[in-house]
Amino acid sequence: MLKHIIMLVLMVGLMTAVGWAQEEGTATDSVVQQTLAAPPTNVQAFDTPNDNGHSITIEWDISADDGQGLNNVVKYLILRSATPDGQFAEIGAATPGATTFKNSGVKDDEDPNYFPRETDFYYTVSAVTADGGAESEVVGPVRGEGQFFDTRNGPVLVGCLLFTIFTIFFIRKAKSGAKLYIRPLAGIDAVDEAIGRATEMGKPILYILGLGSAADIATIASFTILGRVAKKVAEYQTSLIVPCYDPIVMTVAQETVKTGYYDAGRPDAYNEDDVFFLTNQQFAYVGGVNGIMVRQKPATNFYLGKFYAESLIMAETGSSAGAIQISGTDEVTQIPFFVVACDYTLIGEELYAASAYLGGDPTLLGTLKGQDWAKAGVIISIILGIIAAVTGQTWFTELFHVGN
Amino acid sequence: MESEWRIFLWTTLSVGLTLSVFSFLYKDNPFYRFTESLYVGIATGYMTIILWYTGLLPTLIDRIWIGQPWWQFWGGKWWYIFPGILGLMMWFRFSKKKAWLSRYPIAFYIGISMGAAIPLEMKNRVNEQLFNTFISPDFSAMAGGFWNGISEIIIIIGVLTGLFYFFFSVPHKGVFGTVAKVGIYTLMIGFGASFGYTVMGRISLFIQRVQTIRDWASTGIEGGGGMSAIVWIFVLFIVLLVLIEMIRHMRKKPTEAV
Repeated sequence: MLKHIIMLVLMVGLMTAVGWAQEEGTATDSVVQQTLAAPPTNVQAFDTPNDNGHSITIEWDISADDGQGLNNVVKYLILRSATPDGQFAEIGAATPGATTFKNSGVKDDEDPNYFPRETDFYYTVSAVTADGGAESEVVGPVRGEGQFFDTRNGPVLVGCLLFTIFTIFFIRKAKSGAKLYIRPLAGIDAVDEAIGRATEMGKPILYILGLGSAADIATIASFTILGRVAKKVAEYQTSLIVPCYDPIVMTVAQETVKTGYYDAGRPDAYNEDDVFFLTNQQFAYVGGVNGIMVRQKPATNFYLGKFYAESLIMAETGSSAGAIQISGTDEVTQIPFFVVACDYTLIGEELYAASAYLGGDPTLLGTLKGQDWAKAGVIISIILGIIAAVTGQTWFTELFHVGN
Repeated sequence: MESEWRIFLWTTLSVGLTLSVFSFLYKDNPFYRFTESLYVGIATGYMTIILWYTGLLPTLIDRIWIGQPWWQFWGGKWWYIFPGILGLMMWFRFSKKKAWLSRYPIAFYIGISMGAAIPLEMKNRVNEQLFNTFISPDFSAMAGGFWNGISEIIIIIGVLTGLFYFFFSVPHKGVFGTVAKVGIYTLMIGFGASFGYTVMGRISLFIQRVQTIRDWASTGIEGGGGMSAIVWIFVLFIVLLVLIEMIRHMRKKPTEAV
């Protein structure tokens, strides 16, 4: 009996000892697991420069246990509060090794991503390990404020100013009666010839302004050429068809054509329905224009403006319908299609030149000259920039660098 | 089964419309005209509704009346009424006497757009491209070796001569003519490459359409589809086109006799 009692006591004692040992082990392990990383230091929060004020940038030095020491940082959490001793909420996370975070949002106060400007905030950064986070000291208050001028765009301002000076100088020169030389362009010389051909054949002229909006530079250049074409059309009493893709482009085109007819002294011949809205779906527009080409058989097709994938489909249909075709766009990917399918193509910059050349207006001529000399400035800058890059003079190349 | 039929009918319609558009390659015909009118009409109607729900409603109407009766506009962002008035002024185009009022919103639109576009164009098309052309030809093995240096020199020559081609103030004769010729050759090489690349994209679009037709033909309707359906629709199509041509020819004859 005693033997059994001793055995029982020994077993209980052994089990208890094992239990204690396990508890002790767990306790030791938990001490190891609960090891936190050192918090990030030198935390700074400041208004993000060169923005609209809806952003604050937070910077810090990495934790002593990030990539070194205990090397147990899994991420950094950025916490924000409206008061220094208030409840800090998590607003974002950064990967180990990161030292900066931008707390930004949109300006629309109805948007869930709204970030208020001119509102004080306090920030803290927490170095997170598997066992928890170690927060840095609280920094703040800091508020986002909008800047009037983005200093990174300095080179853009200088470029715009130089271009404006060139343009004003040449406009004044053109207005003073000085002869400004512009080299002849084959496509431009063909415009009158193409209008004459349509008149002789008694067929209409089709003018496509492209898919651009009324604010696209190519569309604006096209309006000027349209004005000139409309004037000639009115003089020769030919008909003009202008199907439009954009309702505002249509409105401006109507005004342009009307002015052309007035300038030719034939306002009675102007028909507003000749300039009409077709549709603003790209390939539906192509279908409609192709239909006009094969049914009304225009003698001359103009494609001047902004074009995309529809360029070849339209130009090819026009070519198979036997029309003389003059095209021009600044959309580089579409120029090859016009080159192969049209009789004359105005390549990129030539489209802008055409509007000045045909208009003959001193303001436009002066603008073209201004552009030309701005281009000369660009060529000289490239040569100097390459010399600077070869000789390692990076200060010169940086003068042209626009930050993002 | 009902949904299968529905899918089959819609796919058949899609295939039929695709073939109608392709029939334009032969010549203009009633099938193409029907599809063209259908497409233009649907596209315009669809875009109008899209414009209403993604443009006018959220950016103007909802901002002025935020969940309030229409007469309580002062609770919302009432200042949006001013662009709204500018938009309404476009309707004066329908009045011959007051049509001039519609020019004001156009002037605002073009003016604001140009003001926003010019600095962007200067930044993206001038400054950034200029900065990225400031390169020192690198012949080192790390950069790609001898051919990398040659390639960078070609880029520099191409940019400079291409830019010179668009310089309109001097006649393209003599040295200027040679430089401009190198420029236009560079541009044409670029255009050729772009042409080939885009045509490849178009061919893949064509293959996609043909695959739609093939899939339609191979799935069809259980027990009644298959390749025979596509053969039949082609035959029907061609027969109808021939009939239309015959009718047109017969109609033309008396006129020609006169």
